[in-house]
Amino acid sequence: MSKNPPNYISTTNACKLCRPLGACLAFKGIEGAVPYLHGSQGCATYMRRYIISHYNEPIDIASSSLSEKHAVYGGGPNLKLGLTNVAAKYRPKLIGIAATCLTETIGDDVRMILQEYRRDTEGSQGLPDFVNVSTPSYSGTHMEGFHGAVASVVEQMAEGGPRGGEINLLPGFVSSADYRYLKEVMADFGLECIMLPDLSETMDGEALLQYEKVPVGGTPLKSIKAMGRSRATIEFGRTLKETRTGGCILKGVRDVDNFQIGMPVGIEETDRFFGLLRKLSGRDVPHKYAKARGRLVDAYVDGHKYVFGKKAIVYGEEDLVVGVAAFLAEIGIRPVLCASGGTSRRLAEAILEATGDILPEQPEVHEGMDFFEISELAESLAPDLIVGHSKGYPLARKLAIPLIRVGFPIHDRVGGQRILHLGYHGAQQLFDTITNALIAKKQDDSEVGYSYM
Amino acid sequence: MEAVALKDRENQIHIKGEAPFEIVCDKDSLAGAVSQRACVFCGSRVVLYPIADALHLVHGPIGCAVYTWDIRGALSSGPELHRLSFSTDLQEMDVIFGGEKKLYNALTELIDRHSPRAAFVYSTCIVGIIGDDLEAICRRVEAEKGIPVIPVKSEGFKGNKRAGYKAACDAMFRLIGTGDTSGISPYSINILGDFNLAGEIWMIRDYYQRMGVEVVANITGDGRVDDIRRAHGASLNVVQCSGSTMELADMMEKKYGIPSLRVSYFGIEDMSEALYDIARFFKDEKMLERTRKLVQGEAQKLILELEPYRKTLAGKKAAIYVGGSFKAFSLVKAFRLIDMQVVLVGSQTGTVEDYKELEAITDPGTVIVDDSNPLELTSFLKEKEVDVFVGGVKERPIAYKLGIGFCDHNHERKEALAGFDGMLNFAREVYSSVMSPVWRFVPRHSSKDLGNKV
Repeated sequence: MSKNPPNYISTTNACKLCRPLGACLAFKGIEGAVPYLHGSQGCATYMRRYIISHYNEPIDIASSSLSEKHAVYGGGPNLKLGLTNVAAKYRPKLIGIAATCLTETIGDDVRMILQEYRRDTEGSQGLPDFVNVSTPSYSGTHMEGFHGAVASVVEQMAEGGPRGGEINLLPGFVSSADYRYLKEVMADFGLECIMLPDLSETMDGEALLQYEKVPVGGTPLKSIKAMGRSRATIEFGRTLKETRTGGCILKGVRDVDNFQIGMPVGIEETDRFFGLLRKLSGRDVPHKYAKARGRLVDAYVDGHKYVFGKKAIVYGEEDLVVGVAAFLAEIGIRPVLCASGGTSRRLAEAILEATGDILPEQPEVHEGMDFFEISELAESLAPDLIVGHSKGYPLARKLAIPLIRVGFPIHDRVGGQRILHLGYHGAQQLFDTITNALIAKKQDDSEVGYSYM
Repeated sequence: MEAVALKDRENQIHIKGEAPFEIVCDKDSLAGAVSQRACVFCGSRVVLYPIADALHLVHGPIGCAVYTWDIRGALSSGPELHRLSFSTDLQEMDVIFGGEKKLYNALTELIDRHSPRAAFVYSTCIVGIIGDDLEAICRRVEAEKGIPVIPVKSEGFKGNKRAGYKAACDAMFRLIGTGDTSGISPYSINILGDFNLAGEIWMIRDYYQRMGVEVVANITGDGRVDDIRRAHGASLNVVQCSGSTMELADMMEKKYGIPSLRVSYFGIEDMSEALYDIARFFKDEKMLERTRKLVQGEAQKLILELEPYRKTLAGKKAAIYVGGSFKAFSLVKAFRLIDMQVVLVGSQTGTVEDYKELEAITDPGTVIVDDSNPLELTSFLKEKEVDVFVGGVKERPIAYKLGIGFCDHNHERKEALAGFDGMLNFAREVYSSVMSPVWRFVPRHSSKDLGNKV
């Protein structure tokens, strides 16, 4: 599968983001939470800017704003001062603290500093809860940061007790539209769901009269505490096996059954998800989804000729890449290169699991890739389209082929947070978008310019 | 009502007319205050990055490089090496055992691949902690590859953005004085502090050409290494965005005796004044005449074109929050030109002198802030009933969320706002936001009457 992966020392146009950014996003999906970076001021500002350009939503990330003397003598005092200031000004319910390369390297023990802070402030009114996650940015990507934050949250907050009927849903990093959709699906199956995180409202909110210091929405703290008592956990991500995820922790510490399945992109992967929901709920797939699936199959048939045999390059976060590859495979598009900046060491295996029975030939799969390397490989692969986030635009432009925007970040279009990827409804949108992009390309390139397909 | 600002920030806010002028600035951002500021690295990166034929290698973990990949609209008329994001992408083992070897190898690999005219190597926080000897590696590669390889001392935590400007100036100063200056006209200048956003420096250069002034080096918009190396051959440094490059002009004055002029290219008034100042500097009657003709021609045309916008926008209220305060002066004047009222003005990195000047040119009641944050800004925007907010990407969603118009005026903008044409674009930008019909739906202007209309 991995045919001579390019191996350069330098990284050009990375296909990954740094670990603290993922943690901040996960914290943004918790009710009343403010993300807080323990590091120098720039990190928070850069990440805010990066995230804003995708969501077009305000995102406040606090920082301990360390300067040179703190780097020498330790950032503890500034961390505490910052917590007090955030608590006073934002009145959050939770402050989610992620470290940065600076504080990981100078060796600040955030957990200990927080213990001290709790002791110092004992008896004070209205203090929020704190959760901390270790996020050295020189190891892993934003996805390790995201999953790590979710794991830390359940580890530090989920409580035990008599078993309840709830289902924990840990979807990983998906769009606000996806989170909204998942909540609807769970409700339609009659399942009491605790979804962590939940960026459906916090990062895709309404126009407001009063500025909300902390936007409404997100997983309620009460629900997070109850996660240790849930009946089962569903966790999306075929590349997560053997990783210390939220689901694993809930299984290990609270004995909550954990079902790890692929991100439900396309019919096959969504069928697996819905099959699991059927089992857990004891109910048939609701009519609405059966109809949606039927329409989707009808659409696949109507459009199959326009997409069949086309070659695609897919890149981005590993589990999204697996999902997109599975979807492309089932509509007859051949993924020829699947690439990620992540390094789970499980990407090729996960793609094989998801597509092995459809694809006659597995794509080239490479982890730890940047866009220079992807571009280099693309030359000989002669792809017809590219599927990934907006940072692949220079490549699409160079090759003069369509870029189908999925995932994060979408910096060159509006509405990135409203792209629906998951379930039959998400597959319908992806299918129409991809098919029309290929038809449009053919139409634009044609000398005739047919006005019928 | 709850106080708008944290106690420790109160002296960084001033309301004109309420008390004798006093403001505290240039201090470290308060922990937990969600400052809109960036870091030393950011300061260096933004100043140097438009040098289009140089390699810009960020030595550190991936974040610093990836968040600054092609984020700004600095255009190049030739090579576009600056639009790529290069990083050593340090990993755990590099942090433990040191990143020098990786830096050397990455630098060598990239120079061989791209044949740049020079290389800048940026320090990040972590490099300052693990103590890699950038100077030594750069020296070695410079000797081996025969191009200037310059370390930029931009460890993020060692100050704020202004310290980063200084580090960038230090880096460029090492280039200046190494090129051949023969053939440079006595009527020659360097353009400092314009970054060619949306092609602005091309407009400005066109004015200079029409005046008969030779531009030796663009520092740094559409910049070239070889031009900067001979920048010491110019007769005058024309400095806009003084925050970022005044330091360099001062160093050049000291070493090469080149005087400098502070200018702004924003708004009709400041743009005209900039050109006249330069013409007067050269004490050449013919040049002055050409300049007069140029300014009059452009200004006359512009005033006519601006008139419809002025008529519609007159009396509307504006708020300004930008990185450098020098830009804020021009914006205050530009708004006055279209009869709009500035009710809030602030910057991330202004000095006491800057704020004094702002307080002098603004109307009573205007709020003046240093190093503000989202909570303060929103409360002022609401209180002052602002129609349009001028700021950068981080300010935009704050305005939009509250149903307030917005004009991008930072380094990521894609519309040219400098020069005479830029003033017209600015008015159009403001107009297209303020006059949009969408505001009628936002809660600020309409109560929710869902289902009440028939």
